[in-house]
Amino acid sequence: MSTFWSIWVSVIVLGTIFGCWWLLLATRKNQTTNTETDQTTGHSFDGIEELDNPLPKWWFYLFVGTCIFALGYLALYPGLGNFKGLLGWTQQNQWEAEVQQAEAKYGELYARYGQTPVPELAKNEDALKMGQRLFANNCALCHGSAARGAVGFPNLTDNAWLYGGKPENILTTIHKGRNGAMPAKGLMPDMTAEQMDQVVNYVLSFSGREKDAEAAKAGAAVFAQGCAGCHGADARGNQQIGAPNLTDDAWLYGSTYDWIEETVTYGRQNHMPPQEGRLSDDQIHILAAYVYSLSN
Amino acid sequence: MSTVNPNLTYNYKVVKQFTIMAVVWGIIGMSLGVLIASQLVWPAVNLDLPFTHFGRLRPLHTNAVIFGFGGNVLFACSYYVVQRTCQARLFSDGMAALTFWGWQLVLAGAAITLPMGLTSTKEYAELEWPIDILIAIVWVLYGIVYFGTITRRRTPHIYVANWFFGAFIITVGILHIGNNLELPVSAFKSYSIYSGVTDAMMQWWWGHNAVGFFLTAGFLGMMYYFVPKQAGRPVYSYRLSIVHFWALIATYVWAGGHHLHYSALPDWAQTAGMVMSLILLAPSWGGMINGMMTLSGAWHKLRTDPILRFLVVSLSFYGMSTFEGPMMAIKTVNALSHDTDWTIGHVHSGALGWVAMISIGAIYHLVPKLWGVKAMFSTPLINLHFWLATVGTVLYIVAMWVNGIMQGLMWRAVNADGTLTYSFVEALEASGPGYFVRFCGGAIFLSGMLVMAYNVRMTIRQKDQAELEPSTAQAV
Repeated sequence: MSTFWSIWVSVIVLGTIFGCWWLLLATRKNQTTNTETDQTTGHSFDGIEELDNPLPKWWFYLFVGTCIFALGYLALYPGLGNFKGLLGWTQQNQWEAEVQQAEAKYGELYARYGQTPVPELAKNEDALKMGQRLFANNCALCHGSAARGAVGFPNLTDNAWLYGGKPENILTTIHKGRNGAMPAKGLMPDMTAEQMDQVVNYVLSFSGREKDAEAAKAGAAVFAQGCAGCHGADARGNQQIGAPNLTDDAWLYGSTYDWIEETVTYGRQNHMPPQEGRLSDDQIHILAAYVYSLSN
Repeated sequence: MSTVNPNLTYNYKVVKQFTIMAVVWGIIGMSLGVLIASQLVWPAVNLDLPFTHFGRLRPLHTNAVIFGFGGNVLFACSYYVVQRTCQARLFSDGMAALTFWGWQLVLAGAAITLPMGLTSTKEYAELEWPIDILIAIVWVLYGIVYFGTITRRRTPHIYVANWFFGAFIITVGILHIGNNLELPVSAFKSYSIYSGVTDAMMQWWWGHNAVGFFLTAGFLGMMYYFVPKQAGRPVYSYRLSIVHFWALIATYVWAGGHHLHYSALPDWAQTAGMVMSLILLAPSWGGMINGMMTLSGAWHKLRTDPILRFLVVSLSFYGMSTFEGPMMAIKTVNALSHDTDWTIGHVHSGALGWVAMISIGAIYHLVPKLWGVKAMFSTPLINLHFWLATVGTVLYIVAMWVNGIMQGLMWRAVNADGTLTYSFVEALEASGPGYFVRFCGGAIFLSGMLVMAYNVRMTIRQKDQAELEPSTAQAV
């Protein structure tokens, strides 16, 4: 903030505190008595009179005490405009200090497992327990506490992988995050309603659930033009770009006609945030071992 | 010095109207509170309908109790007190009637739009722009009627109750207009003109002063009239009232920043909000002391007068929650209490213990005076109400304290490897018994309100029958 606003803030903050102080002292100074009295001020409102009692002493000192505390606090902590406070405290550096403390305290525990290969670590009971806790804290919000996923969030316990289930794939996914994008109507922005029906039936036919065999047959051509580019000519997907296999029994979104039609109509956007920076490399390593253990 | 002018008539009609509506909205608002409290215990009570969903009824609950119950009580009491203590009739009967009908229209608007999901999303300022404008108009009229009456006063000074009512009217007007500056994009949708953290700070500048001025200053105004009146004692200290009034209004407007500790709000604004909140302790307690000490020499009346008991207990809760508030504003305490049920407990120790109890005391004082009967229909029923209200409040706030502190501790508990011990759902599950106790407390408090409605109804009927007496001999 500019010097002007800094002074503005400081003057008003201090002015309010000293103003309270002045008010307190001025009112106390002209007290007519220092003990309890029956003397009224002489006013009467609808029969209500007011006594001229002094300010209670303990209350006076309480008030003075809070003002002094406030001034002391403002000297130590940032409050008066740009003045940083004598302690140099900011909420940012308090957080950083706490994180550092935590890393110093817990880092060693995780470092123990950081070099063990993932498949081997996936057999280590203690590491898996830590992994499960890390998962509960950081992943369960989307993938569920049992890692079975939800609509739009992959199930991690089956063997269907969008981006591959090898240790290095899982590590990359957790480190860097993933962005899945299916455009509306795939690669055929001018797909007609009839073609839509055909291609949905075609996709259903992989699991023998087509509603209309004729349409499903015609859908093969639509699929080749609009979908095969990502999902592959055999519809088995492409883990390079996270395009799902459409022939297995794993469905990121629903598997019914209506769900698939919605997916084709509007496309899908998926985002898994990168954990790098939030979690240490060792923690991610243990987490990868935990996820790996769920299906191996 | 005489303070009674026999030739003067006051406008009691509008006071009566607001008093009745205060009881009505109190019951509506608290019923909604009990309903949403039960949804937290038995989720199926939301009926799977959007209109009865917690997310829509919760703002209706807060609007109905704050602006419906609290607002109608404040209008009633301020119009009554300003006339009595200034010995002047309201500045304009017509404008006063407009404030009544305008305010009921605002409340009806809230009751319709909030369940429909029309909301500007700002807490305690959810109402959309057309209703915001109506509130602003009603408020300006309120200010004209109120301050107009003060200019007509026949007393040399302005009584302390009126300082508080005056500060409440001016500040709430400024805050309402300031916080609700928004750009309408359709008949029922608008966007705040502030963005990001500025919007958050504006919101809590309003939010905390909805507490500070609407629910504190205004009700302190009531306290300064009804406590000495009911106790038949002079106000304890005029000096104390001067200091605590000016210090209270000067520091309350700063306190909003404490709602945004450890957020994108700059450090300096958080610190300023915190230190002012701490300074606020003494000015708040000034009001409590002045009310409590006014009773010295009249303590024996507590044994026989349940109305006075309401007023005294309300002051105790006021003292307790104004100690709790500054404590929760301290950054380290806030780090534990923020987002937990402790906040809800704190609010309700103020809302049920202070605001509702003093309002109930004031209504029991007002009704016989307004309808010209000697006393309320039934004093034992007032007594019953007192115990229902006290037990209900205590159950409610204790349940929320326990839940809140437990949640705060569970959220921060870590395992030996630094991971969190509990998931959010586990903390929620552990809160179940507390939610049930809270529901019971609320239901007990609400039942007291129903007792009051009956008592008020019978008191007014007593008056009707008294009037009919000469012509209908067999009237009971």
